[in-house]
Amino acid sequence: MAESILRQDRGMAVRLPPIGTDKLIYPVLAFLGIFFVLPIVWFFAKSAADFDGSFAAMLLETFTSPMFMTVAWKTVWISLLVTMLALLAAYPVAYTLSRATSFRFTLIIICVVLPYFTSIIVRTYSWMIILGTKGVINNFLVGMGLIEKPLNLMYNMTGVVIGMTYVLLPYFVLTLYSAMKGIDMWLVQAARSMGASNFYAFRKVFFPLSMPGIISGFLIVYILAVGFFITPALMGGPNDVMMAMLIQRNIEVTMDWPLASALSLFLLVITLAIYAVYCRYTDLDKMLGK
Amino acid sequence: MGAERMKTSGSIRFRGISKKYGDLTVVDDINLSIAPGEFFSLLGPSGSGKTTTLMMLAGFAMPDAGQILLDDTDISHMSPQQRNLGMVFQNYALFPHMSVLENVMFPLKVRKFSARECLERAKWAIDLVRLSSFEKRLPKELSGGQQQRVALARAVVFHPKVVLMDEPLGALDKNLRFQMQMEIKELQRKLDMTVVFVTHDQEEAMNMSDRIAIMNNGRIEQLGTPKEVYEAPRNIFAAGFLGEANILPYSRLSPDYRTGMGMGHEDSLFIRPERVVLGRGGRPGNDDTGQLHGEVLNVSFLGHIVRYEVTLHDGLKIYADSANLADMPVFDVGDPVSVGWRNPSDIRIINHG
Repeated sequence: MAESILRQDRGMAVRLPPIGTDKLIYPVLAFLGIFFVLPIVWFFAKSAADFDGSFAAMLLETFTSPMFMTVAWKTVWISLLVTMLALLAAYPVAYTLSRATSFRFTLIIICVVLPYFTSIIVRTYSWMIILGTKGVINNFLVGMGLIEKPLNLMYNMTGVVIGMTYVLLPYFVLTLYSAMKGIDMWLVQAARSMGASNFYAFRKVFFPLSMPGIISGFLIVYILAVGFFITPALMGGPNDVMMAMLIQRNIEVTMDWPLASALSLFLLVITLAIYAVYCRYTDLDKMLGK
Repeated sequence: MGAERMKTSGSIRFRGISKKYGDLTVVDDINLSIAPGEFFSLLGPSGSGKTTTLMMLAGFAMPDAGQILLDDTDISHMSPQQRNLGMVFQNYALFPHMSVLENVMFPLKVRKFSARECLERAKWAIDLVRLSSFEKRLPKELSGGQQQRVALARAVVFHPKVVLMDEPLGALDKNLRFQMQMEIKELQRKLDMTVVFVTHDQEEAMNMSDRIAIMNNGRIEQLGTPKEVYEAPRNIFAAGFLGEANILPYSRLSPDYRTGMGMGHEDSLFIRPERVVLGRGGRPGNDDTGQLHGEVLNVSFLGHIVRYEVTLHDGLKIYADSANLADMPVFDVGDPVSVGWRNPSDIRIINHG
């Protein structure tokens, strides 16, 4: 039977009388205010005050320095690469997941989510065992005689990208999954009955309808990637410094807190900019009738 | 599109079609032929196999046994894509991200028509369902009836020989349903296409169909024109499903009457409520003539008819409808009445099987 959905919204929404549950949000608001908003304000205020010149001049100097430019470019570029790879890997997984029945669904969801519950450090070290010069992959390839010298899969950008893609994959899978779950498969069937090939039906019907999921997933993963620290720190080489690592160095090694705060401002701005885009596209969601 | 070609093609034949889901046989050895240009309805309660039968015709389900022929071509195992049938889905299945025009153009684009021809044909179909001023709207900006018409336009835009409809009016309210029934019927006549229509609404089936197949438990209980099936049901299921029916079991009828009618123990007497004639007075119990007597239990004023619920002396209930005319006798709750009919053709002896 057609299990398709009746998504028509006829009639007006009825506004229910308030029952006081909205007050439940206050503790969380207070928590966020004290431990998130206040520190940010305090952080920038203190940084500005500590510096014996104008904060703006410091910002200008920082943001035009070659070191900043290199790291900023690297951060933006690695994050983009990682996000795109994660999309490519996550799309088929999410698709299968959204169409899978109970047993297969459970199996896939365990494979996707279980690593998510494991410490990111443990997962990163596992990748180091797999990708290292004497790691599983290189031992196999050398052993098979396919290559003579071990490949450099780690302590360079390759390692960073592989590691980050893996760590961020579940976010993309779950975001895509929730979007795909809402797609009425009868639409694809309908396209097939109108003479469309599987691929045509996918391209013209399923894919455009999964677009909101792609956009949300892309933005979420990108935001997370931009601020990544552990994986690039452990798996990257001396040239693969990302913004979060630079901030950490300035705080712990050179004790240059004002500079660190300037750098974190960069991360905050990027994140907010992407978040603004994200909000625009959630409006688009509604436009598409989701 | 030449009318000549259309009249000679669009025939469908089911040969021994069966379908199982696990151990459950949902469609059991269906044989039927549908003529070109015929409006054919599969009518039955949910779980009767009507939708599965349609899905096998559309190519969304594969039969476990038997053959489906479309104009003598075996399509039983073709993909939906290859069958070239128009289809209207239960919830319309309009593409939410495409405008009305894009939705209707979809089957044409798939068929690689030129851009100009796509547009022309789509506009023709949209015009046909009187939605020309809504071309640019998205489906969710349309009312239920308008969405239904878009689905219809999309199903006929490429001139399929056969259009399948799976309870297409289920989501509409009653007045709109009737209007859409007439529109679909008119479109079918105008385009001279074969329509296979699935519904659980008996009025809808009777209003639109040339022939109806009443399905139950995966089998066709009865097949015929609406009038045939209504007036001469073959069994109790068909009698009860299509319209209201009074069934008087063998044991409730007087021995003389039973012998006179040649009834067997498994037989029942069937009479439609509108054929029942109530008379004033009467004694309790059956008299020798086989005349039934009872008491009015309930009177429902339905506007065009008045429906009387009558209990016979042994508790069996009979419904009698009388047209709301000025000269009709009026009964009140508690009135003793006699129950009869005018002509021998008003009743029918049917088997339980």
